[in-house]
Amino acid sequence: MARETCELTCINCPLGCPLVVTLEDGKVVSVTGNTCKRGEVYGRKEVTNPTRIVTTTVPVDGSDRERMLSVKTASDVPKESIFAVMEALANVRAQAPVQIGDVVLANVCDTGVDVVATKSA
Amino acid sequence: MEQHDVVVVGGGPAGLAAAISAYEAGSTDVVVLERDVQLGGILNQCIHNGFGLHTFKEELTGPEYAARYEDRLKELGICCLMDTMVLDVSPERVVTAVNTDRGVFSIQAKSVVLAMGCRERPRGALNIPGFRPAGVFTAGTAQRLVNIEGQMPGKEVVILGSGDIGLIMARRMTLEGAHVACVAELMPYSGGLKRNIVQCLDDYGIPLLLSHTVTRVEGKRRVEAVWIAQVDEKLRPIAGTEKRYPCDTLLLSVGLLPENELSRAAGIELSPITRGPVVDERLQTSVEGVFACGNVLHVHDLVDYVSQEAAMAGRMSAQYAQGDSGEGSAARGIPLVAQGGVRYTVPAFIAPERMDQKTTVRFRVDNVYKNKFVCVYLDDQRIMRKKRQVLAPGEMEEVVLKQEHFAERDGVERIVVTLEEG
Repeated sequence: MARETCELTCINCPLGCPLVVTLEDGKVVSVTGNTCKRGEVYGRKEVTNPTRIVTTTVPVDGSDRERMLSVKTASDVPKESIFAVMEALANVRAQAPVQIGDVVLANVCDTGVDVVATKSA
Repeated sequence: MEQHDVVVVGGGPAGLAAAISAYEAGSTDVVVLERDVQLGGILNQCIHNGFGLHTFKEELTGPEYAARYEDRLKELGICCLMDTMVLDVSPERVVTAVNTDRGVFSIQAKSVVLAMGCRERPRGALNIPGFRPAGVFTAGTAQRLVNIEGQMPGKEVVILGSGDIGLIMARRMTLEGAHVACVAELMPYSGGLKRNIVQCLDDYGIPLLLSHTVTRVEGKRRVEAVWIAQVDEKLRPIAGTEKRYPCDTLLLSVGLLPENELSRAAGIELSPITRGPVVDERLQTSVEGVFACGNVLHVHDLVDYVSQEAAMAGRMSAQYAQGDSGEGSAARGIPLVAQGGVRYTVPAFIAPERMDQKTTVRFRVDNVYKNKFVCVYLDDQRIMRKKRQVLAPGEMEEVVLKQEHFAERDGVERIVVTLEEG
């Protein structure tokens, strides 16, 4: 049975807990070092299917306050699709008025995740 | 003269939380003075996620975190004067400000909360030889250019200093199509949070060069290259280790300085270590009725802790404004002594007889330590011993002192916070 361990830093919150993920035959058997549930979820995902929330900006038209609208993926997307998400947003412009949570681009790169506004404009 | 119960100087995360908690503590006559045209302070340009896990139990971006507080402020109908620059705070708590509507005006406040935040150490503080070409920015300026103005400062980037804003901008510039050659850090450890090294540098293969610094900036009109050398244990560049990095942009993330010009002019005692006011457990400064919180008090890593601290300052300022400061109000309390690798503590004084059930003492250490115990002594009596696997200067620490620690202990002369071997 192939047993390996992987040392990670949890990125969920600024505490940055040091995690040790133990795998047996490529399957996660334990996560230690985390101080909350998010840490365990992160540890498991990071060694099998790492994901990230992508945050960026798109230009917004018709707002007297903002030139740029900050946006994020509403949940995490596969790490390898970060640049594809950026590419997909390259030509997107938002139209004011926009509220926090409004969808700016639906189902980005077929991830099933929407890109939403994080500011109102 | 116009009069108000509580005047809050600054409408960033600290000022917003302080104003809300002052109102909720019964001082409904609160005014926030903000020099920008919008509330939220630096959160507006911090578009990345990771805010609010402690406060809201969910992960928010900077603008979303600020919006939660702004919405609450509006709900309560707290008065905010925008585009208003505070010029002076007197020891008698007269706050003088200027804006285009009213010109120069003064407010007599019953209590004042200082929440002016901090600013970045600029290039001038660093003594890098070379010309003064375009292309040298502080990381925060670059962040504003990219996230608010929608302008890219450059394409080929070197970052000096591994503060969190520098790390965040390494990722941001990379996502926007720039190439970040490296992050050079003078110290043998990073100044930023571990999580930011992982998700901003490691994710994108950006090297972190510890014990390295920029020794020369090339270029007359625009940055053309920077030279980076390794430094020895005394932080002096080592001859022969210099390497040239062609680039058009140098970002500086070399520290934050609390913005205390107003405090200094008011005669408030400042700490030479934090560069912020010396406060007691109520977060009251050396001037009665003037409280401080957030990055103007000491630089934080986490906005959640700023909000917590500011809520305390707000509540205490309301209590003071209502003339209900309780017993022993004038006394500062028992001094806290930081030693054994602990650089400072906030607060610097605690009066057990007037403190809440619990008081959070925040501090930073002066180096990277492994497997140490954080210990607290009342005079020679140890009352707390807490194991920490890793302590680093870039990460703020805390201990919580409780009322019961002081029970049946009269005449304590000092509270020592120190690190000890395992």
